[in-house]
Amino acid sequence: MVAVCLLVAVVVAGCSGGSYQYRWEFFFDSIFRPDGLIVSGIWLTVSIAVSSQIIGVILGVFGALGKQAKRRGIRWIANFYVWIFRGTPLLVQISLLYFGLSVAKVYTWPEINLFGLAIPGAIQAGIVALGLNEGAYMTEIVRAGIISVDPGQMEAAKSLGMTYGKAMRRIVLPQAARVIIPPLGNEFNNMLKTTSLLVIISVPELYVVFSRKQGNFFAPFEFFLAAAIWYLLLTTIWGVIQAWIERRLGRGAGGERPPSMRERVFGLGREVDPSLVSGGR
Amino acid sequence: MMSSGDSDILADIGNVPTLQSLIVEATDVHKYFGQLHVLKGVSMNVKRKEVVVVIGSSGSGKTTFIRCINHLEKIQRGRINVNGHLIGYRETTEGKLIEDRESNIARQRQEIGMVFQRFNLFPHKTALENVIEAPIHVRGQSDEEARSVGVALLTRVGLGHKTDAYPSQLSGGQQQRVAIARALAMKPALMLFDEPTSALDPEMIGEVLQVMKELAESGMTMIVVSHEMGFAREVADRILMMDDGQIIEEGTPEHFFTNPQHERTKSFLSKIL
Repeated sequence: MVAVCLLVAVVVAGCSGGSYQYRWEFFFDSIFRPDGLIVSGIWLTVSIAVSSQIIGVILGVFGALGKQAKRRGIRWIANFYVWIFRGTPLLVQISLLYFGLSVAKVYTWPEINLFGLAIPGAIQAGIVALGLNEGAYMTEIVRAGIISVDPGQMEAAKSLGMTYGKAMRRIVLPQAARVIIPPLGNEFNNMLKTTSLLVIISVPELYVVFSRKQGNFFAPFEFFLAAAIWYLLLTTIWGVIQAWIERRLGRGAGGERPPSMRERVFGLGREVDPSLVSGGR
Repeated sequence: MMSSGDSDILADIGNVPTLQSLIVEATDVHKYFGQLHVLKGVSMNVKRKEVVVVIGSSGSGKTTFIRCINHLEKIQRGRINVNGHLIGYRETTEGKLIEDRESNIARQRQEIGMVFQRFNLFPHKTALENVIEAPIHVRGQSDEEARSVGVALLTRVGLGHKTDAYPSQLSGGQQQRVAIARALAMKPALMLFDEPTSALDPEMIGEVLQVMKELAESGMTMIVVSHEMGFAREVADRILMMDDGQIIEEGTPEHFFTNPQHERTKSFLSKIL
């Protein structure tokens, strides 16, 4: 993508007769000497992504269990939740949750102090919106993971005197995790980038920082290219972490070799059938 | 009428059939899968220390029946008592049976060990971890206590050297022996075996049957769904023949080998012997 941008830039530069004056120092400074704004933007992006993903995973586990509940009411709630949050644009959900609720005086998102750290309302709303949205997608992922575990596991756990909840926690979910983690990694990769949608409620994360900078200096190419590099760096680091986690999970349990670092990061190599990774037998 | 203490002692020495020595009492058990009537009034009793082998062709309901005994399957009519407790249901004052609370069912299942055809070991845990999982997390035993009992049980089934192996590193016969040890770790009053050797390669069947035989000799009450007639002849006190959701014939191994009465029994035995 970066290469494509550069190519386009060269072409455009050629066509426009050099009327656009590249100021590459903006780009290189943003990458190699990031100022406080950029650094805090990166931290905010990462913390929002991590918080939202955690909320998403928790909601996903409850959503998946809810979808399989015996009681019809619980199943209905879970299905309704997934239907709503997968069926509407995230941008609309963010706006509705922040502007909608606060203007209607339903909830005005007051600043919260958490361990001496003041968290502005917009950031809270952003995390909640991203988390709720993510939870709907995680519901399906967790559900697929639970279904992939042999029903005999639940029966064996029950025959040993475990309740449904204990059997889920100790026997089924740990095995489902092996199927859940690869797509969960992809979800988090998405999440790192999707945080940029919080521009709509002016959360000063990475994209907003660069968006403001380019406005100040009118150097959109240099600054947005720098933003792209930063996102790429974040997702690449995550790719390495994810490969490491999957390697660890794959250990000692038979099944197929998880993808190597190179395959994971650059998407090379073969597709991994999740049923093979999880099955064991 | 004797006190239960007396009857235990007598049951130990003379197998006197008193009410207290009955571990399983199933009365007129009916089970439907939707429209399909799979158990059509099964009644049977199992005495303490008795080994009962259930035979019958596939679809006869034998597996479904033993799964009802620890309430892995609900029943629609009749009742099953294990150790004097009604399994899976509680009785209202009007005498209606409604399904019991999950925690009560879970507690009842602690007394009933079950061994599955497909072993169902926990693949993410080692052999020893499989065995100590329920003693620690269900019974609340201490880690050391559970471990020492677990190692002893694995040694008893001949796998003392495999405590740290994962199920995927064990043969089918070894896995099934771990599964037996896992069930025994809960100190059950009754062991259910659902075709424990059907998924095994022929050369591994013997080692599992040997463990089961030793278990029977140690006085464990057992209900075994199996077609291993050699095992039945040697170990069983009683054989039940099931067909089309009913027990159609019942008797000693001797009876089944020499003088089966029912036509279905005769044709079934002629096919498997």
